Amino acid sequence: MSDVERRLAHGRVPALDRERLQAELRAAAERAGLLDVAYASLDSPLGELLVAVTPRGLVRLAYEGERSEAVMDELAERVSPRILNAPERTDAVRRELEDYFAGRRHGFETAVDWSLVRGFASGVLQATARVPFGELATYAEVAAAAGSPRAYRAAGNALGANPIPIVVPCHRIVHAGGGLGGYTGGLERKRYLLGLEGAPVG
Amino acid sequence: MTSHHTALRRSTVVRLPPFQALVDAHADELHRFLMGSIGPDLAPDCLQETLISALRAYPRLRHADNLRAWLYTIAHRKATDAIRGRTRRPAVGLEAVAPGAEPRVEQPPLPDDGLWGAVRALPPKQRAAVVHRYVLDLDYREIGARMGISEEAARQNVSAGLKRLRMEVDR
Repeated sequence: MSDVERRLAHGRVPALDRERLQAELRAAAERAGLLDVAYASLDSPLGELLVAVTPRGLVRLAYEGERSEAVMDELAERVSPRILNAPERTDAVRRELEDYFAGRRHGFETAVDWSLVRGFASGVLQATARVPFGELATYAEVAAAAGSPRAYRAAGNALGANPIPIVVPCHRIVHAGGGLGGYTGGLERKRYLLGLEGAPVG
Repeated sequence: MTSHHTALRRSTVVRLPPFQALVDAHADELHRFLMGSIGPDLAPDCLQETLISALRAYPRLRHADNLRAWLYTIAHRKATDAIRGRTRRPAVGLEAVAPGAEPRVEQPPLPDDGLWGAVRALPPKQRAAVVHRYVLDLDYREIGARMGISEEAARQNVSAGLKRLRMEVDR
């Protein structure tokens, strides 16, 4: 190794200040209108939640049971790959969720971006979004509201794939016979949410 | 939101990872690459510009085969612009700078000042190859992959760069 090579190899580079880079990057991305999807994780009584918003509204909310990598990949593929971790963009949603879990809020005002929902599921989930706090509806009822009263199984699938649980309250949809039905986040979470809302379940 | 829809349509063909994943995976090395290439005064802004430029073009990429090489191509171009004093985003407005004060970038860099100044003055390809080799400690195959040139061309660029550095520094 020559002298020059040795001196080159010994040049020490100060470490990158990642936090600062990230803060500047998301500010610059926002200014340039390039922040298509902003996400952050937040704590809740139901575990960590991953929240993703677009300029149009809340596009995704995931329980920690779902692999966050898969969630992000789906957003990249179906919404936009211009995705950055940007907690302050999710602040409004976070505050509403905190109020909801604390019992101070019964409805959500945050806008919803339905980009991840297609076709029949869209009708089902929009009907679900209209079921008030503390009340229940059946799979058949939301299927009917979406235009196909007999498609309650398809309605179940749509609810199971709800990209925005809690805010689009699929936990309020139960079986006509009184059974709880299913829940993406697990039945424990469904029970918790219905309990929080004081919904009439056995 | 047309950009939104364009992204949606194209990404059914190309699977691009979330941009944040690229930042997480490559920011540290890009930082070192730029620090070695243009020094601590210009590198931070240049890294931002590199990433914003990449973010802007990202949804239009036709394939996701070598995102790292793509990022280095952008970083290399930004570094070359910065050295030529053609940064798009000067810290002060150009009108605030007295004529003739527009410097040929001469900021004090990594410890061994004279040497790193000489690195900055290398022809762009040699500069990039030398930085990849000695700051990032990459082998020639990897350098070639990142610069989009052959292993042999990478070796030649490093060797030509070294030769020039020796002449500059040992003088």
